[in-house]
Amino acid sequence: MSILVNQSTKVITQGFTGAQGTFHTEQAIAYGTRMVGGVTPGKGGSLHLGLPVFDTVAQAREATGADASVIYVPPAGAADAILEAIAAGIPLIVCITEGIPVQDMVRVRAALDRSDSLLVGPNCPGIITPDECKIGIMPGPIHRRGHVGIVSRSGTLTYEAVAQTSAIGQGQSTCVGIGGDPVKGMDFTDVLERMIADPDTHSIVMIGEIGGTSEIDGAELIRASGTRKPVVGFIAGATAPPGRRMGHAGAVITGGHETARAKIEALREAGIHVAPSPAELGTTLARVLG
Amino acid sequence: MNIHEYQAKALLRSYGMPVPEGRAATTVAEAAAAASALNAPVTVVKAQIHAGGRGAGHFAGKPGGKGGVRLARSADDVTDAAQAMLGEVLVTKQTGPAGRLVRTLYIESGCDIARELYFSMLVDRSTGQIVIVASPDGGMEIEDVAARTPERILKEYIDPAKGLCDYQSRDVAVRLGLKGREIRAFQNVVRSAYSAFTGLDAAIVEINPLVVTGTGDLLALDAKMSFDENALFRHPDIAKLRDVHEEDPREREAAEYGLAYVGLDGNIGCMVNGAGLAMATMDIIKMEGEEPANFLDVGGGASKERVAAAFRILIGDPKVRGILVNIFGGIMRCDVIAEAIIAASHETRLNVPLVVRLAGTNVERGKALLAESGLTIIPADDLGDAARKIVSAVRNAGA
Repeated sequence: MSILVNQSTKVITQGFTGAQGTFHTEQAIAYGTRMVGGVTPGKGGSLHLGLPVFDTVAQAREATGADASVIYVPPAGAADAILEAIAAGIPLIVCITEGIPVQDMVRVRAALDRSDSLLVGPNCPGIITPDECKIGIMPGPIHRRGHVGIVSRSGTLTYEAVAQTSAIGQGQSTCVGIGGDPVKGMDFTDVLERMIADPDTHSIVMIGEIGGTSEIDGAELIRASGTRKPVVGFIAGATAPPGRRMGHAGAVITGGHETARAKIEALREAGIHVAPSPAELGTTLARVLG
Repeated sequence: MNIHEYQAKALLRSYGMPVPEGRAATTVAEAAAAASALNAPVTVVKAQIHAGGRGAGHFAGKPGGKGGVRLARSADDVTDAAQAMLGEVLVTKQTGPAGRLVRTLYIESGCDIARELYFSMLVDRSTGQIVIVASPDGGMEIEDVAARTPERILKEYIDPAKGLCDYQSRDVAVRLGLKGREIRAFQNVVRSAYSAFTGLDAAIVEINPLVVTGTGDLLALDAKMSFDENALFRHPDIAKLRDVHEEDPREREAAEYGLAYVGLDGNIGCMVNGAGLAMATMDIIKMEGEEPANFLDVGGGASKERVAAAFRILIGDPKVRGILVNIFGGIMRCDVIAEAIIAASHETRLNVPLVVRLAGTNVERGKALLAESGLTIIPADDLGDAARKIVSAVRNAGA
């Protein structure tokens, strides 16, 4: 068991024949992900990496029965790619693209809310269930099969959490990078409720950062669920000066609830074990697991 | 990307927003000419910098003196005000103690003010919708109003499927206490703000204050707009409004190479991939008792050239007394990082301690390259180790 993806998940790539789509689809195939095809408008009917190429997502879904789509389309066309996947009824959409205009995502969010599709991202590393299914750009070899669920707004900080949990002899059930954009698909609460319900996830690491209030919503969900699964947390950006944008469009402090200190406080109140430093995610988890 | 008040007002006016008559000036003579062309009984001379709190600010060397927004009742007043402001450094709550050099003034017709309201539009991240924020308490810091009297902040969300509906504007107008023809005037303000916001991919449109005049008209007395950097590719005319003088030169150079850089006040330069890890690296430096000199995210798929440029910016910063490179390779390959560091170190003489922590894709190859390079590099195994090593190296070098 795991959440969202497993060995039977059939995946297509949008932006399939581009440099990014090609490289990461090759990596996914090598990892063992069930890649079943891809979409590049105008190249339908050809083969790429030994897989069928389609002109539209609807054709690809029809022909392959894909359960998931991963998007490597450049920013100007990425929102349209997500909307196309929603229209084609793809259940799980993972958008890696960084730099999508916010107002494009406002339209995407409205379409998502009226559909049954789930979106991970954009501007995220993707999702992985180790040894079963890797959708995204994370380095496969740092992961190992296990029971820690990891959810994070930051890509490389997710890798940090993975490496540190692997280093203490634990592995991961599923790791989800929800992405750093202000308007996005799944948020902490959406991922956490699935991890709490997942029998294969025995503990959780959640990594947030300054800006927005979604970590506080996540903490509230954990508290209200009454889950007995240990949760370790970390909030990046305690030293970031107010009002400055730190790379992620999301990471800018604009109000009282959005500072690292307020978030850390909310996590602690929900019974989450907050790691004192980003180098102590693994050791904090080890201590909590006993 | 931020723009000046006079630019925001010109844009908003083109979308139908009522704004006072005004002209920009970069010399005292231009300011005088602008005032005479306006021919108003009262004009306002406003310093154009990318920071708020101008009226309550002061000019460098003149604490307690007049601020960056002055009323003028005669041609001499305008000349005096322009002379006092142009080429001087304005310090406000938002500029920090260094202040900003005033290069442009905006000369505007004065108006009579019956009431001051607050109005803004932005994208709300929790709902993912555009939201109208308004308050009957205009003319003050909206953060203070929100903290003290949250019930006096009104919000109205715009469903992207329906777009802005006039009934929503009217509803907000009534909640603001507007009456009669003021309601229609407010509807027009919201409509023009929404057209500009969506048409130009704005990140914020803020009118504070939005004034109700004695005759029941509405006027945008101050205006602030900023734009979504990710959408500038489809608004080349907006991109041209960028004022590079208002940006940190280090940040400007970094932006040219596609790097996300924010200058800070500490002395440990950081180069990291990923915004979250970059912030976490800053945090851990501080926990070890030193301060980061910058935030620098080289991004996911950075080229060798881009990484070398990032490294040059760090070496070239005189405040930097030690450098910490922290890379967790995903798309980014550690061997590429290593090659770029070696190239940049040879090109610009490295004379501060350098700690490098590499992990992830091609880490062994990257470490081997650094070890064979002959450079004095302190290798680190993990994030904690890296932070301790750079802090101790900087302290030893300083001792």
